[in-house]
Amino acid sequence: MRYLPLTDTDRQEMLSVIGAETIDDLFIDVPAEARLTGTIAGLPDHASELAVERHMGALARKNLSAGEAPFFLGAGAYKHHVPASVDHLIQRGEFLTAYTPYQPEIAQGTLQVLFEFQTQVARLLGVDVANASMYDGSTACWEAIGMARRITKRGKALLSSGLHPHYVSVANTMAKFTGDALVHQAPTLDAATDIDALIASIDKDTSCVVVQYPDILGRIADLTPLAEAANAAGALLVAVVTEPVALGAIKAPGAMGADIVVGEGQSIGVGLQFGGPYLGLFGCKQKYVRQMPGRLCGETLDAAGKRGFVLTLSTREQHIRREKATSNICTNSGLCALAFSIHMTLLGEKGLRELATLNHGLAVQAADRLAQVPGVTLLNDGFFNEFTLVLTKDARDVVRNLADKGILAGVSLGRLFPDAPAIGNGLVIAVTETVTPEDIETLAAALEEELA
Amino acid sequence: MTMLKEGRPTTPQAVKEEHMAPATATGNRALMLEEALIFEIGSTATTGVDFADAPKVASRLGSLARTDSIGLPGLSEQETVRHYTRLSRQNYAIDLGLFPLGSCTMKHNPRLNEKVARMPGFADIHPLQPQSTVQGALAVIHELARWLVTLTGMHSVAMSPKAGAHGELCGLLAIRAALEARGDARSVILVPESAHGTNPATAAFCGYKVEDIPATPDGRVDLEALKARLGPDVAAVMITNPNTCGLFERDMKTISDAVHAAGAFVYCDGANFNAIVGRVRPGDLGVDAMHINLHKTFSTPHGGGGPGSGPVVLSEALTPFAPLPFVEKQGDKFVLVEEETAEDHHAQTFGRMVAFHGQMGMFTRALTYILSHGADGLRQVASDAVLNANYILRSLDDVLDAPFGAAGPCMHEALFSDKGLAEGFTTLDIAKGLIDEGFHPMTMYFPLVVHGAMLVEPTETESKAALDQFILALRSLAERAKKGDELLKGAPYHAPRRRLDETLAARKPVLTWSEPDLAVAAE
Repeated sequence: MRYLPLTDTDRQEMLSVIGAETIDDLFIDVPAEARLTGTIAGLPDHASELAVERHMGALARKNLSAGEAPFFLGAGAYKHHVPASVDHLIQRGEFLTAYTPYQPEIAQGTLQVLFEFQTQVARLLGVDVANASMYDGSTACWEAIGMARRITKRGKALLSSGLHPHYVSVANTMAKFTGDALVHQAPTLDAATDIDALIASIDKDTSCVVVQYPDILGRIADLTPLAEAANAAGALLVAVVTEPVALGAIKAPGAMGADIVVGEGQSIGVGLQFGGPYLGLFGCKQKYVRQMPGRLCGETLDAAGKRGFVLTLSTREQHIRREKATSNICTNSGLCALAFSIHMTLLGEKGLRELATLNHGLAVQAADRLAQVPGVTLLNDGFFNEFTLVLTKDARDVVRNLADKGILAGVSLGRLFPDAPAIGNGLVIAVTETVTPEDIETLAAALEEELA
Repeated sequence: MTMLKEGRPTTPQAVKEEHMAPATATGNRALMLEEALIFEIGSTATTGVDFADAPKVASRLGSLARTDSIGLPGLSEQETVRHYTRLSRQNYAIDLGLFPLGSCTMKHNPRLNEKVARMPGFADIHPLQPQSTVQGALAVIHELARWLVTLTGMHSVAMSPKAGAHGELCGLLAIRAALEARGDARSVILVPESAHGTNPATAAFCGYKVEDIPATPDGRVDLEALKARLGPDVAAVMITNPNTCGLFERDMKTISDAVHAAGAFVYCDGANFNAIVGRVRPGDLGVDAMHINLHKTFSTPHGGGGPGSGPVVLSEALTPFAPLPFVEKQGDKFVLVEEETAEDHHAQTFGRMVAFHGQMGMFTRALTYILSHGADGLRQVASDAVLNANYILRSLDDVLDAPFGAAGPCMHEALFSDKGLAEGFTTLDIAKGLIDEGFHPMTMYFPLVVHGAMLVEPTETESKAALDQFILALRSLAERAKKGDELLKGAPYHAPRRRLDETLAARKPVLTWSEPDLAVAAE
């Protein structure tokens, strides 16, 4: 039991200071019938470091990792190269094993990072302010809908058909209990986005319109008309970004008038990790900052007049306002925010633009090549690094068959939208800087064989 | 064993000399370096990464190409490493010393956990990969779930909640779904005064009316008040056990029986599970739902504020309503169930709480920790956590007021109050004094039911030597605060910053950096 430093001699000395005979005397408040004696049946005893590492290593090797295969999956999580120094720095114990910065005098490292992160995120999303991160994109999206309800005092949110279906599911789960009415446009295999239909649906009960950018099929559209229409009707525009690298190449949602911009920050610094932990991005216009959920870091001065940073505006939070708090959230994704911020600092504006240009260029090459495969149609007119292919057969089967050949070929719309069989032939392909021209050829050849 | 009761000598003279030292031109103090913001030292033309050239292709971005300056400064790789290394040195962390934040459970983070979580088979897999290619990851979830269910004596576990407060939401959503399934619209959640602030916030977030239940003079739920309030409008009671006063709720089984008899459910905040793991199964106490903060009991690093992970164990009555997705074993294969199934035990799921499957990176760390300890080691975890807390309680209760010190042993955390300090001295002064002594302060002003609360949680991974050093520091500070040592009010003197003005930060929030000549505090 290598992590437990007390010896039996220590334990006896400490018990005598306490005035107890045995450890069991310290559990006297537990009713006798609920007290367990001995170890719980059916579970093994402790194991050596070597034994545990072998066991976990064997389980890890049963997975096909993204780096081992031609890899084209996106749909809300993206494989990007993370510079070695990012993981090195986040493993410094002073970052890794610190807690929430409740004592700012000895947490300036974490707090300054959060202040820098907030500024980076606000500039990337094109908004005035951003918070110090949330659980992930899907929960940030739900929190944005709740925030719009508080601001507008209205309870109907319009969700675009291009919004990630899992984000829609999360919102639907929560709405059952808060009474929000969510109106979700049905997904279609349509080259155009549904901006016009959304505009037509805005009415006096609408709290917000939620639109993903680029959307789940990789489509991009100018959000300016939607923002204008929403604001004219007293509603807010919530934009959702699941691939923040895109914002190195395409206009920021805030610059097109979005009131609240949320996102999934996993792409920058965090890694795939089978879905979590990820990093919720959350920014908004300055006038709404006191309705924003989550933690905020602010600049201030110390008693000697030096600049320093503290957690602030906590009067919105659960530990002060209890049942009147703006949300129940008590934590953020601090370590993921650190990884994002380091990666973004390494990139800088120059690197981010180069990375985005490289992603887009490779995606264009891939889209053009794959569209030549017999039985494949390219859906998208415009896209960043993700686009949709329409196949002549169900894409779920194609993905499974290609996985058996060691190719991780994208996300089938049938898996994303199980209730919409009509779009089951759609296959969403993501192409990042990690994809090589050989990978694209391998995928094209395998698709050709599969669709023949 | 004899405790050194006279305490550590105070050092006002040393403080004075330090203050008389001449200031440095840079603001640096030997190895403690000041560090500017990236916006002040970086430039948008600098980068610390090299990429291959992009293919020359016609853009598909149309009119949406971003042409404005984004304003993101870059640093070279070495500048980046220095910036973050310097910042890291302005942080206190469990790797530097005892971190006795009550109710937060800051224990050692073994590095084997980090090594395992970074194995490519876990770190580099996509949440939507075909299930045939992630059988090992699904096996991890299944194996961790088996441990959690067995250790808690519960029926099932929902793995997807992203943090403790998210787990509370999960538990209440399951309870509400179960009530609705039997056509029972109940509107009230009862929350004892000593609960985490997240409990009432969660209940309100789910559309419930929240009512407080008072605490007894000995720091526990007032059983009679609770029984008197139970009725057909009560959906659930949210209770923390061990509670936030550091005490075990002796009447838990009686409470559960009364709540169930009234047709309601028992939600338990399991943040303090490390005090009872291997010694008590919450299922035996009648709990219907309880979140387990994996980062607390099973040690995953909290990284300056997160991520956490909050799986929720469920009773048989709530199991049909558990959220999607979940992992099942069918024959020798693991299956990730992402859609509602016709099978009876999952037919009434309340839906999905997160985009993917929860905190996989935390699952691998927690399972690694659990396997390292085993069933015998986890039982020892609870024993040592409780032993360490009682050792602190009894070593300090002659110099600090322990409001529930006579109410029996504490569990994993010791609670003190500011009673008896000199006029004008507060818990804050003791906390800031601890910083100068080289320790992170305890939790301040929580729980709310105790005036000037100081909640100390040593955890089970501290040695007796470390505890003795901490006790001496706290003893010295208590004596100084009782004597009215004015120097204490200026602490900390030796930290990277002196006391920070939190009022100024809230009154004129500056939340992002802007060029100095443009910097205008927001209204």
